[in-house]
Amino acid sequence: MQELSVKHLLGIKDLKTEDINLIFETADNFKEVINRPIKKVPSLRDITIANVFFENSTRTRLSFEIAEKRLSADVVNFSSSGSSVKKGETLLDTVNNILAMKVDMVVMRHASVGAPHFLAKHIDAKIINAGDGTHEHPTQALLDCFSIREKLGSVQGKKVCIFGDILHSRVALSNIFALKKLGAEVMVCGPATLLPKHIADLGVKVELDLLKALQWCDVANVLRIQLERQTIKYFPSLREYSMYYGINKQILDSLNKEIVIMHPGPINRGVELSSDVADSDHSIILNQVENGVAIRMAVLYLLAGRV
Amino acid sequence: MNITIERLCQQLIEVHGDFDHSVILAIQPRGGSLAGRIAQKLSKYLKKEIPLGFLDVTFFRDDFRRKDAPLLANATKVPFLIENKKVILVDDVLYTGRTVRAALDAMIAFGRPACVDLCVMVDRKYTRDLPIQPDFIGKEVNCLESEKVIVRFAEQGEKEDYISLVSKNIS
Repeated sequence: MQELSVKHLLGIKDLKTEDINLIFETADNFKEVINRPIKKVPSLRDITIANVFFENSTRTRLSFEIAEKRLSADVVNFSSSGSSVKKGETLLDTVNNILAMKVDMVVMRHASVGAPHFLAKHIDAKIINAGDGTHEHPTQALLDCFSIREKLGSVQGKKVCIFGDILHSRVALSNIFALKKLGAEVMVCGPATLLPKHIADLGVKVELDLLKALQWCDVANVLRIQLERQTIKYFPSLREYSMYYGINKQILDSLNKEIVIMHPGPINRGVELSSDVADSDHSIILNQVENGVAIRMAVLYLLAGRV
Repeated sequence: MNITIERLCQQLIEVHGDFDHSVILAIQPRGGSLAGRIAQKLSKYLKKEIPLGFLDVTFFRDDFRRKDAPLLANATKVPFLIENKKVILVDDVLYTGRTVRAALDAMIAFGRPACVDLCVMVDRKYTRDLPIQPDFIGKEVNCLESEKVIVRFAEQGEKEDYISLVSKNIS
């Protein structure tokens, strides 16, 4: 009998290494469940979960919803467009109103950093952070590490490089925390304008040259350029970015070694990854999506134990 | 205990004949060793492989969220469909019957069995919460609510097989 050391999943930063391993072990079992002819188990039968998304999402929201339904929870969906948020309701009021309808868990994505932490302080329900601004996206980092563990046997000692828009990426920060906790070596690579100033203080290597970074790493986790978050110009043009930081087949073939290619989605084909790389055998992008459901089932199951 | 397992095998053959349509399903984690022994002996007698699966029932339990912490699940390994098969569920101790109820639920995910038999090493009498009774019994035990029956096999890292009765406060 084991449980997580946290009450909410707000970020990887608060998790212990044992917590991450417990989530992985539980996810192994759920991965077997979702490959059965009948993919549903009754564990969360009397639990109601609200998916509250103040920001756009396809993968994460679908993945959470499928995970919740596979566990037999009741699910309500909320997105900020077309809701009373537009009429000026505050975050706390919105969520308290949802909770007044007896909801046990809240999965939330919000554009502001710390929004789920704020809620966790003020309400009773269990909160799962599905992305808060440019801060953390814990379930994505868990499923990324789970996919590396599945592909390479373990995360310990592996060299993982995160490419692209590190400055605006919550996936990058959560991944750095998770990978360090599991004993991997981490590097970030991108144009200097898209690397946070003190990123090296987190214990990661910094590299500006794409080829050098690829030669160093076992796993390349490629991120999207988040144009929607960029209020000023960080590089001259997308075309120039893709010439210097786009990964294509010629570059990978010139390396004389195999690299695992990951991407949290959505991919901008032809910008950070060329199509022949995204669809190649080296890419585990779709495995990441499958593992996402298993990881989210594990997180929901372990947190629901004490609702 | 070897003699008891021997007898259980003979009784199973009496009912299931040549095992053409029968499969063994062990309830994880504790039913595994007993089911392994039974399958091994049966395949020696019948000179063929007996299909053996391992079923984890953690996600189907009715005491989730009523205990302090969630139980850690075990692996499920059912390499066959049980559609129209005669299923023999195997566990070490039958106590309240709640685990068996969860197992019946969990089993349905792998097909609709023709019938289900329950085979246990120890049947704790007069303690059932649910109307579930075993068909094949190793030993019947009548003991207090405050006591616990422990069945261990050599495969589980013990020196030898044993069944013991201990007070819950000590364990």
